[in-house]
Amino acid sequence: MAAQSCSQFHVFSAEEIEFIAEDELIEIVPNMRMDQLNLIRGDFGPFLPQIATEVPLWLAVALKKRGKCRIRPPEWMSVEKLTQVLEAERDSEKEFQVLPFHYVEISRLLFDHAQDDIPDIYMVRSLMEDIRDVRFHKVETSLETFDGRTSAVQIRSLSAMEVNIVRPFVARALQAFQKLGNMVPETDSVPSTRPQGTDKAARGRRILRGR
Amino acid sequence: MASGSSGPTEDLGTLTDVEPLKRAWRNEKAAPEILRYETHLIYRVSKQIELLEGTVDDFTEDGVDPLMISLYQMDLDRIQFLLRSYLRIRLQKIEKYMFHLLLKKQEFHEKLSKEEKAFVQRCAEDMKKHLDESVLSHLPKNYQSILKQFTTVEEDDAEVDDMVPEPPLDTFVVCIAREYVGPSEFQDSSDSLAMDLPLEMEPGDLSFIPYRRIKKLLESRKVDLV
Repeated sequence: MAAQSCSQFHVFSAEEIEFIAEDELIEIVPNMRMDQLNLIRGDFGPFLPQIATEVPLWLAVALKKRGKCRIRPPEWMSVEKLTQVLEAERDSEKEFQVLPFHYVEISRLLFDHAQDDIPDIYMVRSLMEDIRDVRFHKVETSLETFDGRTSAVQIRSLSAMEVNIVRPFVARALQAFQKLGNMVPETDSVPSTRPQGTDKAARGRRILRGR
Repeated sequence: MASGSSGPTEDLGTLTDVEPLKRAWRNEKAAPEILRYETHLIYRVSKQIELLEGTVDDFTEDGVDPLMISLYQMDLDRIQFLLRSYLRIRLQKIEKYMFHLLLKKQEFHEKLSKEEKAFVQRCAEDMKKHLDESVLSHLPKNYQSILKQFTTVEEDDAEVDDMVPEPPLDTFVVCIAREYVGPSEFQDSSDSLAMDLPLEMEPGDLSFIPYRRIKKLLESRKVDLV
């Protein structure tokens, strides 16, 4: 049973999330000549030397691996933009800054396959890591505020990878709260005067009041 | 939210069948129960795959630039992965909930494809036969039902089928709003205790929420699962 409910929350693997992100569009500058590609996903190209064109990320990476193009990192991946985002993340306690839904995966793919195309890569990389840490810290602190009354939790601007990482824990926690909440009424008639100062008792009472 | 290019829902791909297929795949993967089979979409996609497979073969014969061929092949592989994974998840769910699906006539007819219907029936028959032969036939008479823990002779209909696994609709899922969703559009959760906070979602907003509450919204395509 435990194993079953566990797998039920691990919906997507990290690879699958990356797969989804690989369909995001990105600009490349080819250094070769190639006709238009009529893919199922749409038409891309024609590819001409030094003429920038937009393609899905997977296509960009495939061409890059063969040395056929340069990838232009998206605008938000510049030192300047990321510094702004990082500062804003640090300043606001609760809010998350708006970054592309797949920022973790996109940046990871570019770091892996297109290092030489990213200006100031060390800066960018460390900024990305800082942003990720700050955001995760925020996620963690906001998790502490959950209680049994929550029948739904709303989050803004969390990215795909972040959702996927917290999902198993959050979904299980919320479900457990709900289960416990349902059990409480049986002891309802007994006024909770027992002076137990434990966290759990306090939480239980809060659920009761929430009714 | 200024997520024009960043949101997973809106992209250039809306013109082709790739985004809808990806959406169907994600929803199917994240939903605890089986969703409606995307008959037309799947038909179109498999036709396109066939077509592209033909094109790639022709290219190989014509000696087109191997780079181009490999790129087409990659595109083909990606979409085939989506399609296979989509169908596979559905089969897994069907295997898990076959008796439930057979009991719920409406769900059975609306949600499954022709092939899947045949599969449920065969699967359930085999499972029943297997359980009958290995266990049930050795039990006392009123414990032999595959659907119930035990049966009493008199009132057969009154009992619930308590040995049928059902999809856990109260599972929490993560959903993203495609358009504005007002507080009244959410289903109430079944559990009376939890206070359903008034909830509204702007396009692009994410929520952890019990599946039951957004089931209808998912069907009307106002939200997607992530």
